[in-house]
Formats: sequence, C-alpha cells, structure tokens
Amino acid sequence: MHPVLKLITQRIALGILLLLAASVLIFVGTQILPGDVAQAILGQSATPLAVANLRKAMGLNDPAYVRYFHWLFAAMHGDLGHSLTNGADVATDMTGRMLNTLFLAGTAAVIAVPTAILLGLIAVRYQGRWPDKVITGVTLATVSVPEFLLGYILMFFFAVKFRVAPSVAMINESMSLGAKLHAIMLPVAVMVLVVLGHMMRMTRAAILNVMQSAYIETAELKGVRPFLVIFRHAFPNAISPVVNVVMINLAYLVVGVVVVEVVFVYPGMGQYLVDHVAKRDVPVVQACGLVFAAVYILLNMLADVISILANPRLRHPK
Amino acid sequence: MNDELSYLAARAARGLVSRRAFLGRAAALGVGAVLANGMLATASRAAGPKKGGTLTMGLGGGESTNSLDPALAASQVPFMYLMTAGDRLTDMSPTGEVMPRMAEKVGASADAKVWTFTLRKGMKFHNGAPVTAADVVATMERHSDKNSKSGALGIMTGIESIKANGDDVVFTLTSANADFSALMSDYHLIIQPGGGKDKPDAGIFSGPYKIKSNEPGVRIVLEKFADYWDDSRGHFDTIEMLVINDATARNAALQSGQVQMINSVDPKVADLLKRAPGVTVDAAAGRGHYVFIMRCNVAPFDNNDLRMALKLAIDREEMVKKILNGYGSVGNDFPINAAYPLFDASIPQRKYDPEQAAHYYKKSGHSGPIVLETADGAFPGAVDAAALFQQSAKKAGIDLQIKRDPNDGYWTDVWNKRPFCASYWGGRPVQDQMYSTAYLSTADWNDTAFKDKHFDEIILKARGELDVTKRKALYHDAAMLVRDTGGAIVPMFNDFISAYNDKVAGWSDNANQDMMNGLAGVLTWQA
Repeated sequence: MHPVLKLITQRIALGILLLLAASVLIFVGTQILPGDVAQAILGQSATPLAVANLRKAMGLNDPAYVRYFHWLFAAMHGDLGHSLTNGADVATDMTGRMLNTLFLAGTAAVIAVPTAILLGLIAVRYQGRWPDKVITGVTLATVSVPEFLLGYILMFFFAVKFRVAPSVAMINESMSLGAKLHAIMLPVAVMVLVVLGHMMRMTRAAILNVMQSAYIETAELKGVRPFLVIFRHAFPNAISPVVNVVMINLAYLVVGVVVVEVVFVYPGMGQYLVDHVAKRDVPVVQACGLVFAAVYILLNMLADVISILANPRLRHPK
Repeated sequence: MNDELSYLAARAARGLVSRRAFLGRAAALGVGAVLANGMLATASRAAGPKKGGTLTMGLGGGESTNSLDPALAASQVPFMYLMTAGDRLTDMSPTGEVMPRMAEKVGASADAKVWTFTLRKGMKFHNGAPVTAADVVATMERHSDKNSKSGALGIMTGIESIKANGDDVVFTLTSANADFSALMSDYHLIIQPGGGKDKPDAGIFSGPYKIKSNEPGVRIVLEKFADYWDDSRGHFDTIEMLVINDATARNAALQSGQVQMINSVDPKVADLLKRAPGVTVDAAAGRGHYVFIMRCNVAPFDNNDLRMALKLAIDREEMVKKILNGYGSVGNDFPINAAYPLFDASIPQRKYDPEQAAHYYKKSGHSGPIVLETADGAFPGAVDAAALFQQSAKKAGIDLQIKRDPNDGYWTDVWNKRPFCASYWGGRPVQDQMYSTAYLSTADWNDTAFKDKHFDEIILKARGELDVTKRKALYHDAAMLVRDTGGAIVPMFNDFISAYNDKVAGWSDNANQDMMNGLAGVLTWQA
C-alpha cells in the first residue's frame, strides 16, 4: 500500500473513533445537565401532575445506557429522533439550519481565507515596516474585541446610523441569492474580522520561519522579485501550518459563532442549539453536538490530509 | 351645503384634501372654524383605521421549540401569534370587563354554577369549515382533560360537564365561579376545529389572521383571513413576526426601520430609545409583579413577626426607581394592584420603616443571618434587587445574606422549595385566579406555603358571589390577610414596555397582558 494512502486511511479510522468517543461524551454531558427535562419545558408554571405526565410521555424513565445505544443506532441510520418540545423531526429541522450556517460560514470563508493569506504575504514582504505594523495591529484589534461587541458596533453604524445594511439577517427560502447576501452583510463582516487575525498571523509567522532557509537566499540572489520569492518559494513550504490554522478557523466559523447568529437573528445552527439547550431538548442537543463534533473532526482530518499531500517527502517515498 | 362639507371633511380626514383647504372651503360656505374643526375630528374617527399594508414585529420570547398547539404556549411569541390567529369565547377589555367575542351572549345561573355561551352565527375556521358548538366543546374537553399538558389545565379544573345545545355551549361547574366567563378569555383556550384533538398543532383557528408560514423561533407570517366576521379587527394585509431574542438587536431593528413594533423593552434603555426619531415607547401598567417568597411553614419564617420585619425592611420606592427605572409601581405585599377589577384602593400602602422593622425583628426573637436566594433568571434585575434589599434591611439591623443560584434548575430546585427566594408572577385576568393559583392552601403553586382556613373560605365565597359590592368587600379582607400575615413580599409591579414607530397608528394600552393583550397586530393599523 502506498504510504500516503495508508496514512490517510489511518486518519479516517482515527476520525471515526474520535467521533464515537465524542458521542459518548455528548450523551453523558446531556445526562448530567442540572434540572429535569419535563420541568424545564413546563417552566415555573408546571404542576407536579403535568410534569409526571410529560416525563412518562417522553420515556425519561428508561436507564441511561439503554437510551444511549438506542440513540447511537438510530443516528447511524440517519434518524436523529424527534424534538421533545415540539415533536418535529430533528434531521429535517436541522438540515435547513445547517445549510443556513454553512451558507453564512462559507461566504465568510470565501472572503476571509484569501484575504488573510494575502495580508500575511504582504506583511512578510514589508516585514517590520508600516504596512506590516498596520495589518498586524488592526487584525489584532479585531480579534481582541468580543464578537457580540463587534456586531453591535457594526450594527450601530451601518444599520442604525447610515442605514446601508439590515440589522436583522433573517433569510428564508423565498429570497434570491442577492437578497440573501445583502441580508447577511453584517454578520459576514463580523465573522471575517474575527477569524482574519488568527489566520493572517499564522501565515506571516509560518512564512517568516521559512524565509531563513538557504534556498530563499538563493532565490533572492538570482534576482527574483521579493513578492514572488515569498509567493513561489516560501509559501508552498509553509502550507502545512497555514492549512491547519485555516481549518481550525473554518470549523470555528461553523460551530463557534453562536453569539453572532443570536445578535443578528440568523436562523442557523447556533440559535437552534441555544434554544434547545435552554429547553433541555436532549435529542436536538445531542444531534447538534454530534454534527458539530463531526464538522470539527472532518475539517481537522482534511487539514492533516492536505499537510501530508503538501509534504514531498511523504508524497514521494524512497 | 352640508353634503358638500361632509364630503370634504371625509376627504380631508383621509388626507386627500389638506386641512387648510377644507377650513377655507368651509369658511366660503359660511361655516365657522369651530364647527368646521369639529366636523373634521368626527370624520377622522369615522374614517377609522386604514386598511392594508404589512406590519413587521420584532419579538423577544420565541424559541425554535415553539409549537402551534395553543395548549403548549408559554412564552411571548406563541402568545402573540395565537392571539393574532385565534379567537376565544370572551375577551377582556382594557379596564377588566368581560367582553363578548366568539360568544355573543354569556349567561350564568343564579348560583353561578351553570354558564351558557351563545355562539355568534356565521363564524368560519381558516379551512373554511363553520365554527360549531361541537368544536368549542371539543376544545374545552382537550384542555380540561386530566392528562392534558395544557397550560390552561389549572383554570379548567372544577368543570363537571360541557355540553353543546344548538348554538349554545353549556358548562356545569362543580362549584360556583362568578369569574368563569373571564377565564374563557385565556389565550390557551383558542377554539380549534374538532378541538384540535386530531392534530393539535395544525395551526387552523378562527381569528382575523391565518398562518401562512411558520418557522418556529425564526419567523411567522400571517395573512388577513378574508372571511373573518369582525371588521373592526385585522387592518393590515400581512403581519410578519420576527423572533429577535437579543434586546439590543431588537432595539436596533426598530431604530433602523426593519420592524415597526417591538416588545419587552429593557427598562434600563427605554428612556434612551425614546430619543430615537419616530419611535414611541409605551409603558402599560400591568399585573405582573416580582416577589420575595418566604415559606410560612419553615423556620424562621413561620414567625409572623419576622415576616413583618422583613416586609417593613424593604424600600419599595427605591426598587421601582432603580430596578425598573420608574417603569412600574410599588407593591403592597398582596398580589393585586389597580389593574385588576374590584381592586380596593383604600388599603394603606406599606412603607419602608427601619425602626418598625427593627421592632418586629426584636419581637420575633430571631438572631443571626437570614439567607435570601436569587438568580439572574428569577426576574430581570433580581440579583440587584436582592442587594438593595440587603442594604435596606441592614439599617433595620437585619442581616440578610444573598445566595446567588444558577439559572439552570432555579425553578426546579429553588423556587417553591427553598425557604426564602426571589421569583415573579405574571398577571391573571381576575383576582380569584391569582389567589387560587398561589395562595389557597390547596394550590400546587402555593409558593409561600400560606395556609389559612379563614382566607380559603373568603376566596371560595367570593368566587361564587355575583353581587359586586359584596365581592369587593370579600377581596378587601383577603388582601388584608395576605398583606399582614402572608409570606410574600411584593416590592413592585412591572410595566409592560413596548415600542413602535410612526408607521403604526391606533395603539392603546391593555392591562391584561403585554402588547395590547397580544392584540397589537390585530387592533393597530398603518399610519
């Protein structure tokens, strides 16, 4: 077997194992949440009789491990169960939300990744001079401001003051692509600003690391233009760490932006998860957890595979 | 001459002729300005609400777990769309009188045990089916079933039988209840075809708007139901409800004009929001109140002198000012205020009195710290309110210790279990329901563990009493018992604060609930 193929197979097997481990953690986590599901659904206005009726109706009286295996086997067959609170099919409900989240994250990624890498290259080219300082300083500032505050700031200026962008990024199926893109302007801007700094700095650091190598000096000596040296010679050799950090940020765009979704009222996974956690809607929380874990594991696996493929020593074994 | 003027007045009222032009024309016809102005005002009212347009609301209090089943409704967004799309047998007027709705006539037997609701003719459900007495009976059966998960189950106990008789629906109660027709205005008790027994969340009702699309926790679109029987309700063609749970995002959406109306404005920012151009902030006095609950059966709170000491050691005025920013009114240690019918305004207001509090505290013989439990979710500002209470009690020599609990599990593990904690109550349509829910010895939610036989007798007697004067006197006695011997410290009643912009006309307050008792979409029109 080709060593690359072997490595990739190993990674995939490891990924599946990790996912199983995550499923156990998720299940245990939802079991130790404080409060009773039935009580949480009915809130303060719950009579003991109503709570008892609801508990029975939801099958909460079975032992935990039985419920885990039931859940796992059903999930493997694509059946994520029914929401405890409104009885809707979780898989159907979640698909729409997931597509929305992917749309938002995808748009942000399409803008953020090339921008970050380009800015990183520019920062290296003018290392220590003012373009480098401006880029590093500004991106550091946007990373340091909490997402919700960044959201409110953009909302205040662009929605309330100048009225050029909507403050509510609510999209639905009947909207055209253009209308959807208009609606999500502000959340995309926030997400781009949030992930830009991390990726840009990593790109800059990784390339600077390579810039000390002898072959860079050779390239410079033979008179290649400085930017081309960075882009052609240094960057390809820095891909491995850059891909890793890009993937982590992509995963963050999908699973870590709950607050942005809430602030801009975007109908994505984040808001969906928050609502259901508050109501102790265990099947939905478990399904969301599983999907989020899968996204993380998949993207990290992808990063590993790309790093492997980007490494000539692994690609061309002796 | 009069015909021409009336015609002009009507046109002026609709804005087709300017007011100045109308007054000029009137003068030319020999009519004085006073008379002409009067004609214009009358015509404006007669022109009435403008029809058409779209209303977009930004509402907090909605989740993706919301269902279209009225039985399961518990938060603000379901309340709003149910009140917009559904109709009930009766309605509560802003001043607390029972108004006919789907029942055009309501009658009670002399002993208030048999209630007859005569249905209006020609009402239709959104699927085109006529509304029959059988539908009403089935709806009420579903909500009063012992195994029902309905939020209205509590008020539906005590019904012996429900029968249809032509257009009449006849309820026979196990014991007299003079408020029964008011209870029928509860927002869970929306009439559904077949009572919703087959498919409770089908979303088919008989109100002025039908549900066009529903994405729970995101967006609900309703459109005018053409066959609705009452022309005075439902002026917009379309109502769109956007669920915006984040308070800042809600304010921004109103300020940027993306929505025309929002609910649940934070009292802390209400004054700031007022300054935004074209925005009106409305505070309606309501019946909801915040409470500190002492359980009367647990030491040291089993001692009325200690309870009295704590009641006197709280500064209600300060709380209204600091916790509600003035958007509310002081409480008087019983759960009723002027927004309720039959409220007795002559009951003296309890005031902060550290000396008296110290006197009672000494009399109680208690010493050492008293633990007060609170949580962010107990009511908005509950942690701050507890801190204020601690400070004011300190001046009376009472050592309050604050224990802050997590929101998770607060209603399960702390409320109605721990001896002294913060909580809130939403309003109820009538006094009886408030007392029966939380103060009768037999009530499930008697969170103060207040058990007084004499009090129970008064409440049960008042429930069956159809004579208003006698009833009011009974409620006075009940209020005094709770105020002076009960376990609830009621520092404040909170206002419902909503806001709308200049695209909306016809707003009026209703003390029963938030957003004009949920009818904001149904009763307002496009400005």
